[in-house]
Amino acid sequence: MVLTNSSKKQNEPKISRLSAKLKRLRRYPTTLIGFSIVILFLLVAVLGPWIAPYKYTDQNLAMRLQPPSESHIFGTDQFGRDIFSRVLVGSRDVLVVAGSGTSLAIFFGMLVGLFSAYRGGLFDEIVMRIMDVILSIPPLLLAMVILFSLGPSRLNVIIVVGFLYIPMVARVVRSVVLELKTRQFVEAARLRGESSLYILFNEILPNVLPHLAVEASMRFSYSIFLVASLGFLGLGVQPPSPDWGLMVGDARTWFHQARWVLFFPAGAIALLVVGVGFMSDGLRRMLLPGGVSDV
Amino acid sequence: MFDPNTASALRVDQQDGKYALDARNVTVTYNTDKGPLDTIRNVTLQLVPGEIYGLVGESGSGKTTLARAIVRYLPANGHLSSGTVKLGGTDLLALTRKEMRSVWGSKITMVHQDPGASINPAMLIGDQIAEVARVHLGMSKQQAQARAIEMLSKVRMPDPESVAKRYAHQLSGGMLQRVLIATAIATNPQLIIMDEPTTALDVTTEAVILDLVRDLLKEFDTSVLYITHNLGVVARICNRVGVLYTGEIMEEGTIEQVFKSKLHPYTRGLLGSVPRIEASKKDISLCAIPGFIPRPDQLPAGCVFAPRCELVEPACEEKRPPLVEIDSNHQTACRRWEVLQHDADAASGVCPARVTEDRELGDLVLEARNIKKYFPVSGGLSSFWKRDRTVVKAVDDISVRMRRSFTMGIVGESGCGKTTLARCIAGLEEATSGEIELEGEILPYSVAKRSRETLKKIQMVFQNPDASLNPQHPAGVSVARPLILLRNLSGKEVRNRVRELFEAVNLPENYIDRLPHELSGGEKQRVAIARANAADPTLMICDEPISSLDVSVQAALMNLLVDLQESKGTSYLFISHDLAAVRHLSDWIAVIYLGRLCEIGSAEDVFVPPYHPYTEALLSAIPIPDPDIKQDAIRLRGSVPSAMNIPSGCRFHTRCPRKIGEICEQQEPPWRDVEKDHRYCCHIPVDELRSLQHGFLQKKIAGSGGDE
Repeated sequence: MVLTNSSKKQNEPKISRLSAKLKRLRRYPTTLIGFSIVILFLLVAVLGPWIAPYKYTDQNLAMRLQPPSESHIFGTDQFGRDIFSRVLVGSRDVLVVAGSGTSLAIFFGMLVGLFSAYRGGLFDEIVMRIMDVILSIPPLLLAMVILFSLGPSRLNVIIVVGFLYIPMVARVVRSVVLELKTRQFVEAARLRGESSLYILFNEILPNVLPHLAVEASMRFSYSIFLVASLGFLGLGVQPPSPDWGLMVGDARTWFHQARWVLFFPAGAIALLVVGVGFMSDGLRRMLLPGGVSDV
Repeated sequence: MFDPNTASALRVDQQDGKYALDARNVTVTYNTDKGPLDTIRNVTLQLVPGEIYGLVGESGSGKTTLARAIVRYLPANGHLSSGTVKLGGTDLLALTRKEMRSVWGSKITMVHQDPGASINPAMLIGDQIAEVARVHLGMSKQQAQARAIEMLSKVRMPDPESVAKRYAHQLSGGMLQRVLIATAIATNPQLIIMDEPTTALDVTTEAVILDLVRDLLKEFDTSVLYITHNLGVVARICNRVGVLYTGEIMEEGTIEQVFKSKLHPYTRGLLGSVPRIEASKKDISLCAIPGFIPRPDQLPAGCVFAPRCELVEPACEEKRPPLVEIDSNHQTACRRWEVLQHDADAASGVCPARVTEDRELGDLVLEARNIKKYFPVSGGLSSFWKRDRTVVKAVDDISVRMRRSFTMGIVGESGCGKTTLARCIAGLEEATSGEIELEGEILPYSVAKRSRETLKKIQMVFQNPDASLNPQHPAGVSVARPLILLRNLSGKEVRNRVRELFEAVNLPENYIDRLPHELSGGEKQRVAIARANAADPTLMICDEPISSLDVSVQAALMNLLVDLQESKGTSYLFISHDLAAVRHLSDWIAVIYLGRLCEIGSAEDVFVPPYHPYTEALLSAIPIPDPDIKQDAIRLRGSVPSAMNIPSGCRFHTRCPRKIGEICEQQEPPWRDVEKDHRYCCHIPVDELRSLQHGFLQKKIAGSGGDE
C-alpha cells in the first residue's frame, strides 16, 4: 500500500490549527464579545486597586450621592465613596469567590460523575439519587440555610457554591462517561488488563475535559449570579467590602434619589454574566463541534 | 431478472427530450476558504424512463454530491457552475426556488440510507405518506389516506391498514425502508434517487427490498438513480452503471458490458477488491487498489486515477483523458482501454493466492462449550422490587472449537448473537453459563478475573474504527500499552517493537505520533490490528473489522489479516455479516440464528448443498457482483424474532421456507452429519435436502482457477 500521499494538513504545526480555530470564531461575533468581556474583567480584577482613582474605603460625606461627573465617573454612594473604584476593586471578589466555588464544584462533580458512571449499578443509583435530592432544593434557599448555620464569610460562600453545583457537574460528566465507557478503546484497555484507575484517568478523562471546560464556563456564570445574590442578602462578604451584590443591596434604600448607586454594580454583574455566557457558547462551539454527544 | 438488452434498445429510440433525466456536462463548484473547488467535473447522466441507473464509487467519489446537484439540493456554499439538467424536458436550472419545491417530493423523490432518520417519529406512518399525496397531488384527507394504504400494499407491507396507524419506532428497519419507498412512489415521480437505501439493512432484508424496487419499476414508469458502493447490488438490480471517481465518470455502460469487459482499471480494481463467495484465500487473493482517493484540491493534472493505476504510462499524466465510446452505450475514460480489452490479466482483476499449501489442522486452541448469555430485561433500582424474570437469550447454548493458525468465521443476521458470543469469549461480557477452555485452561468469565497470561492470549479488533482508538492518544501509545502491560518490555524495547508492529501493518513510521483524527478509517483499523497483535495473541477476535470501510480498503485489510496469520500462526474468530468476506478468510464457518448454531463445517462444505435452509436463504440473498451467477430467489419473511420470546421447536420455523410441518414447531431439530466436518441442525434429512437444493456455486468453484 502507498500510504504517504494522505492529506497534507496533518503535518501543519499546532499553532496554525489554533489560528484556524480563531479565524472561525470571527463568524460568531458574540463569542468574540464574550471573550473580550471576560478578559477585560480579569484584567480589571488583577489591576483594580492600581487603576482605581480612589481607595474603595475612602469616605467623603460632603460628596455623598453625587451623580456621575468628571471626578467620579460612576458617581458616589451614601458615604461619598467612589462607585467606579468600588466596582473595579469588587470585580476581584466576585471572580475569586465565584471562580473558586466553580473549581470546587467541577473537581468534586467530576469525581462523582466519573466513579458513579464507571462503577454503575447500585452504587450509581444511590449516588445519583443523592445528587437529585440536592438538585431538588432551590439553590438560593439551600445556600441561605447553610450560610445561616456556618456564618457568612468568603470561604463559606465558596464552599456553598462548590457544594451546590456538584450535582449538575456530576450529571454532565456521568452522561459523557456512560457513553465513553462503551467505546471500544475502553474495551480494548480492559482486554489488556488496565486497572480501573488507569482507564478512568487516562482513557476516559481526557475525553471528558472538553465537556468539563464548557460545563465550567456555564457553572461560572451561574456562580457569579449566586455569589451576587448572596451578597445582596447580606450572607456573603461583609461590609465595607466592595462586593457587587452587597452594593446592589445597599443601593435599595437610595436608588430613588440616586439611580447610579444601583445601576453601575448591577450593570457590572449583568455584563459579566452575559460575557461569560457568550464565552461559554463559544467554547461549546469550539470544543464540542458535533453537539453534546460528540466527544 | 432484468434484461440488459431492453435498456439499450430503449436507449437507441431516445431522442432529445425523451430522457427522464438528462443532465449534461454537470460541474459542481464549492466555495471554500481556499477558493472555488470543482468537486464534480463535466459529468453527463442520461436516464431513460423505467431504467435503474447505478452510480458506484468509493466514499468521497462524489456520488451523493452529484445526485444532489442534479436535483438542486446542494448546501449553501455549493452550486452547479456549468451544465444543463432537464427532467422530462423541463429545464430544472431555470426554475425558481418556489417552483423547485413543487418538483421535490412530486416529480423527484428520494430514499435515503437511514430510514430511521428520514421518518418523523412523532407522526403516524399513514399520515406521512398521506401528507405527500395531499400536498403534491391535491387530494382530500380521505383520498390521501386511501392512497397511503394503497402505496403500503404496493410495497408489499403485510397488513397495510394497521401499519398506517403505527409510529416509526414500532417498525423494523426493513419495514421503514419500505415506508420510505412507498412515500417516494406515492406521487408517481419521474425520478427517484435512492442513496444507499439498503446499506444499513441485513442481507436478507436487503434482498427483499431490492426485489421490491425491481418489481415496482415494472408498474411505475419511473427512473431510478441508484447510488451505492456495493457492486453486488448494482449487478442485481441496475440496467446500466456509471463508475464515479473523484467527481468524474470512469466507465459507463450496461451491467453486462461493464462487469464483463471492465474497460477501466478502476472498475477492475473495485471488482478485484470484492471477495468472492465462490473462492477462498486458498484460491485467490484480493487485489486492493493501492493508495487513496485524492482530495478534490489535490487532483493530478492528467488522468485522475493515474497515481493509483497499474497501467499508468507518462502520457496518462499529461492531460485528462476524455470519455470514449467503445461500444454502443459503453464508455470509458481510460486511454489504454485496448490493452485492457485484449489482455484480461493486465491490471489484474485476479491476484495469485497468498495461502498456497493446505495446512494441517493444528492442535486445539480454544474450546467453548455450551456458552449461554442471558441479559435481564429490567435493570437499575426497579429490579429490586420487580421480580421480572424475562431475559434476552442472546446466546443460547453454543459450542465452538478452534485450532491453531485457523480462522473460524461466524455469520448470521444482526441480532443473532454473533457479537455477544465473541464478547463472552473475550470476557467483556460475563457468560451466564458454559465453559471456555483456552489451551487446556478453563477461563474465568470476566476479563477482570483473568490472569495476565490469559489476557495476552486473547485480543480483539473491533468494528467501528472511530471508536476503537482513544481520540486523545497518539496511535503509538495505543500500540505501546499492551507491550508495557502484558509483555513487561522496557522503554527502548517498546519503541522498537512499536516500530516493527507499524511496519507489519504497512503503516509508515511517522504515523506513530499521529492522533486518530489524522488517520483514515482503514489506517485506524490497521493501528487497531497492530494493537491487537502487540501482545502476540493466540486468538484474535475480529468483530466485523472491515464492515464500515470501502471495498478497496477492505481488500487491503483482509490481505493483511491473511499475511499476519501466515507469519504468526494466530487463530482468528472472524465475525461478519458479509458472507463473501467470511468465505474468503475462513477455514471453518459457523452459521448462527437466534443465539444458536444451525450449521457448522469447513468453509468449502458449508456453502455447498445440502445446507441448512437458513444458510440457503442467506446465500441466495447476498448480492453477487457477477451478472452470470443466477441465484435462487429464496426470501425470508419478516425479521429475526425477539430473543426474549424464542419460537418453540426449531427456532427458524417462523421464517423457514422449507418448513415441513408441525414437527418443526414442536420438536427441537436433531444435528445431522453431512460429512465428517459438516453438520447442520434440521428436521429434514441429508438426502432429502440434497435433492431439494441445487447450489449455484458449485460450477463456479470447479472452474474458479482461470476463470474470473
